[in-house]
Amino acid sequence: MSQSAAPASTVAVDLSPEAFAEYLESQEKKSFLRFITCGSVDDGKSTLIGRLLFETKLIFEDQLAAVERDSKKHGTTGDDIDLALLVDGLEAERQQGITIDVAYRFFTTDKRKFIVADTPGHEQYTRNMATGASTADLAVLLVDARNGIQVQTKRHAFLVSLLGIRHVVLAINKIDLVNFDQNRYEAIKKDFASFAHGFDFDTMVAVPISARYGDNVVARSERSPWYDGPTLLEHLETIEVQSDLEDRPFRMPVQWVNRPNLDFRGFSGTIATGRVRPGDPVVVAGSGREAKIARIVTMDGDLEEAAASEAVTIVLDREIDVSRGDILVPPSHRPEVADQFAAHIVWMAEQHLYPGRPYLLKIGTRSVTAQVTEIKHRIDVNTFDHLAAKELSLNEVGFCNISLSEEIAFDPYEANRDTGAFILVDRLTNQTVGAGMVWFALRRATNIHWQALDVDKNTRAALKGQKPAVLWFTGLSGSGKSTIANLVEKKLNAQGRHTYILDGDNVRHGLNRDLGFTDADRVENIRRVAETSKLFVDAGMIVLVSFISPFRSERRMARDMVEDGEFLEVFIDTPIEVCRQRDPKGLYKKADAGQLKNFTGVDSPYEAPVEAEIVIDTTVGEPEENAERIVTLLRERGVID
Amino acid sequence: MAVDRGSHLKRLEDESIHIIREVAAEFRNPVMLYSIGKDSAVMLHLAMKAFYPSKPPFPLMHVDTTWKFREMVEFRDRKARELGLDLIVHINEEGVRDGVGPFTHGSAYHTQVMKTDSLKQALTKYGFDAAFGGARRDEEKSRAKERVFSFRTANHGWDPKNQRPELWHLYNCRVAKGESIRVFPLSNWTELDIWQYIMMENIEIVPLYYAAMRPVVERDGTLIMVDDDRMPLADGEEPEQKLVRFRTLGCYPLTGAIESSAATLPDIVAEMLIARTSERQGRVIDQDENASMEKKKREGYF
Repeated sequence: MSQSAAPASTVAVDLSPEAFAEYLESQEKKSFLRFITCGSVDDGKSTLIGRLLFETKLIFEDQLAAVERDSKKHGTTGDDIDLALLVDGLEAERQQGITIDVAYRFFTTDKRKFIVADTPGHEQYTRNMATGASTADLAVLLVDARNGIQVQTKRHAFLVSLLGIRHVVLAINKIDLVNFDQNRYEAIKKDFASFAHGFDFDTMVAVPISARYGDNVVARSERSPWYDGPTLLEHLETIEVQSDLEDRPFRMPVQWVNRPNLDFRGFSGTIATGRVRPGDPVVVAGSGREAKIARIVTMDGDLEEAAASEAVTIVLDREIDVSRGDILVPPSHRPEVADQFAAHIVWMAEQHLYPGRPYLLKIGTRSVTAQVTEIKHRIDVNTFDHLAAKELSLNEVGFCNISLSEEIAFDPYEANRDTGAFILVDRLTNQTVGAGMVWFALRRATNIHWQALDVDKNTRAALKGQKPAVLWFTGLSGSGKSTIANLVEKKLNAQGRHTYILDGDNVRHGLNRDLGFTDADRVENIRRVAETSKLFVDAGMIVLVSFISPFRSERRMARDMVEDGEFLEVFIDTPIEVCRQRDPKGLYKKADAGQLKNFTGVDSPYEAPVEAEIVIDTTVGEPEENAERIVTLLRERGVID
Repeated sequence: MAVDRGSHLKRLEDESIHIIREVAAEFRNPVMLYSIGKDSAVMLHLAMKAFYPSKPPFPLMHVDTTWKFREMVEFRDRKARELGLDLIVHINEEGVRDGVGPFTHGSAYHTQVMKTDSLKQALTKYGFDAAFGGARRDEEKSRAKERVFSFRTANHGWDPKNQRPELWHLYNCRVAKGESIRVFPLSNWTELDIWQYIMMENIEIVPLYYAAMRPVVERDGTLIMVDDDRMPLADGEEPEQKLVRFRTLGCYPLTGAIESSAATLPDIVAEMLIARTSERQGRVIDQDENASMEKKKREGYF
C-alpha cells in the first residue's frame, strides 16, 4: 500500500499484441448489469460496495491513501481502513456517517461490467431509493444478521417490486457477528420469503456475507462451510436478467425531427422495445396515421435491423405528420390511447400532492398538463396496508386516478418501463415532485363528449355589450377584498354591466359546504370556484371572485382555465398587522388563541401573487378610490368601454 | 470501425445520444462545452452521431484560460473548421487585464478567475440555458452523486443536497429565466470505456496524449512541460527532454506529465490496465484541499 500520493512514475508496457487483441475482444463481449443496493443505515451498504471495488482492483493507490487519511479522521472501524469512506462522497455524509444521496459506482470483472446505485436506507430517502431502482435490473437487499428482517427490509422489498425489479439478492451481512450460525441464516431467509412471495420476484437468492472481512463477497468463506450457494459476486456475474425487451411490440418515442434539408426528413429516437426492419409498417399511436419504414439511418451507415435500446433515425416511405412526443408502433400491437389512467405515484416533494392541482407530466418524450383527480388509496410502505388519503406527502406512495389535458399514448408500466413511466413537475418551481407508473387506462373519458352549442361565449357577451372577464380578488382575511369587490360591482352595475360576485364565505355555505380548511380542501375549494367562474365567463359575464385563495398554483390554474386576457388578478395587499387590527369577524383573535386551526397568515401560508394585474394597497387611499382604479383597469383592458 | 451492437460500449453510446438529443429538443439555447481533451472528443463525436445527417444544433464553446497547451488550441480550431461547427472561444478579459496566471497568482486563484468565473461569465453573456460537459461519475467522489441533468441556480451554484430526483430516462428540462442545467452525457462512462471507444471509433485526439520527447521540469514530484517562455525557471533549472505523455489535459503549468513510451492507442490502453494511480492525480488543483472538487462545483466549476 502506498504511503502518499505517488509521484509521476514510469509504467512499463509489456503486453504482446496478441494478448492485447484477445483482451479487447473479451472486453467487447462482456455483459452488463445495473443493480441497486439497499439496506438501513448500519447494515453496511457502503462497506459492501467499497469491498467490491477494492476486491475487483478498482481502487487506485492514491484513492486508498486518501481513505487511509480519512479513516483516521472520520472512520468507524478502529485501526482498519473504513472501506465505506471510498463510497460516501459528499462532505456532509462523511461527517454524519450516513449516505444521503444516490451514488453511482462502476466496476468490472472478467465476465461483466457493473453499474451499482448505492441508495440511502432511511424512510425519508424513499425517493432516492426509487431513483436508484428505476434503472436497475437487480436489487441487493442488505440485512444485519443480528437483527434479521426489519421494517425497512420490507419497505425496500416493496419499493423494489413497485419499480419493476424482478431479481433480488438478500445479502445477510455481518454473519461473522453471529458466529456464522447457519440456523440464523435459514431463519432470516424463511422470514423474507414469507412476506415477499406476493412481490412477483423471478429470482431470490440469500447469501451469508461479511462486507467488512470479505466472507462470501468475492471468495468463498471457509468460516461458513455449510453454505454451498454462490458468492455474492459469482451470483452477480452469472445471473441472467437479460429480459425479452427485443421480443416485445415495437415502440419508439420520437425525440427529435431530423430535417437538415428539404430532401431528408427523419425521426430520431431511442427504441424502447421490439425491433424493426426497413419495409415494416408503423403507425403513429394516437393519430393512427400509417407508413412503412424506408431507412434506418445512423452515421455508421443504414441498418438492416434495429432493436430495443438503440438510438436511431427512422425515415418513412411517405410524408405523414409526426412530431416530438409521438410514438411509432406496429399497426398490430398498438398502445393505449386515453386522457385518463390509474397509476402508482411516489411523491418526492415537501409540498404535498393535492387532487385537482395541475402538474406537468412527462412520459416518454411527451409533456402534458395533468391532475390527480382522485387518490384511491395510499400504501403504507412498511406494512403494505391500503389507507384512505386526501393528499400525499413526501415519500408516500399512492394509487391514483390521473386526468390529462389531452390524449396520449402509453403502455402499462409492467409491459414497458419506457412508455409506462412518468414524472410530475411543479409548474411554478420546476421541481420534479413525483414519479409514476401507469397501471391501466381509464375508459370513462371516451364516453363523455362535448355538446356542441350554437350560441357561444362571444355572442352572449356581445348581447351584453361587454367582454367577459374574471376579476380575481386575493388577499388575507380582513384585507378588504369583499368591501372593494362590492364597490366595483356597484359601479359596474350602475353602468349597466352584467356581473356576478362569488364570495368565499357565501360559497362555503352552499357549493363548498362539504369542505374544511386543510390544504387539500383549500385546493378543492378553489378548483370548484375556478370552474364556476369559467361557466360565468362562458355566459358572457364579468365575474368578481373574492377568495383568500392562498396558493399560487390554484390561482394559476384558475387563470389557465379561461382565455388569455380574460383573467385579471387583483391583489389586495394589506399587511397582516392591519388585518389583525381590523379583524372584522373576530377570526384572528380566535386563531391566535389556537381555537381556529389552519388560518391563513397565522398557521397556514399565504403565497403573495407575483403576476397580479393590479396591486391595491388598502393602507393608502379610500376603498372608493381603489374600486375606481379597478374599473379604470377594466376600461384599459377593453372589457368595458 | 464501429462498436458492436449489443456490446456495453454500444449501450453507453446509445444512452449518451439519447441524452444529447433530449437537450436539443427541449432547451431554448444549449451549448456544448468543449475542453479539447479526450472526453470532449468523445462527446463531440457522439453529438455528430446523434444528429446525423444534420449537424449538432448548438455551438461549441471553449473557456480559454490563455494557459492551454499550444497544441490544444491548434487542434480545437482545426476540428471546429473541419466539422463545420460554430466555435465560441471565451476569455475572461478582466483576468487578462489583471495579468492573472498560475505562476503569479497560484493555481487556485488562477483556476477561480480564468476558468470558473470565466465560465459563469460566458454562460451569462450568451444566455445559455443548458451546457454539456464531459465529466464522468468515475472521476471523483462528488461527481458519483451528480445527476446527468444537474440544475444550477441563476448564480450558477450547485446544491448537492437539493438535486432533482432523476428517474428512468425521463429528464426534467424545465428552468426559469436565468437558471440553467449542466448536462453530462458521459456520466456512466469509465476512463477505460473512453479509451476503448476512441480506439474502436478511431476518434482523433490531441497528440499530447501520445508519448513523445518533450521539454519538462520536475516541480514537487510533478513533471511540468515548458510549453512557452512564460514559464519562469529557477536559477540553474534546465528543461530536460523526456519521453512523456499526458493522461489529462488542462493548463500546461497545472498538468503533470507521466513518463511513458505509449505512442499508440493500444499502448495507452495497455498502460491503463496496469496503471495504479488514478486519473486526476495529474491535476495539481485537486490536491489543494480534501473534498476540493465538491467545493469548486458548488461555486460553479464544471
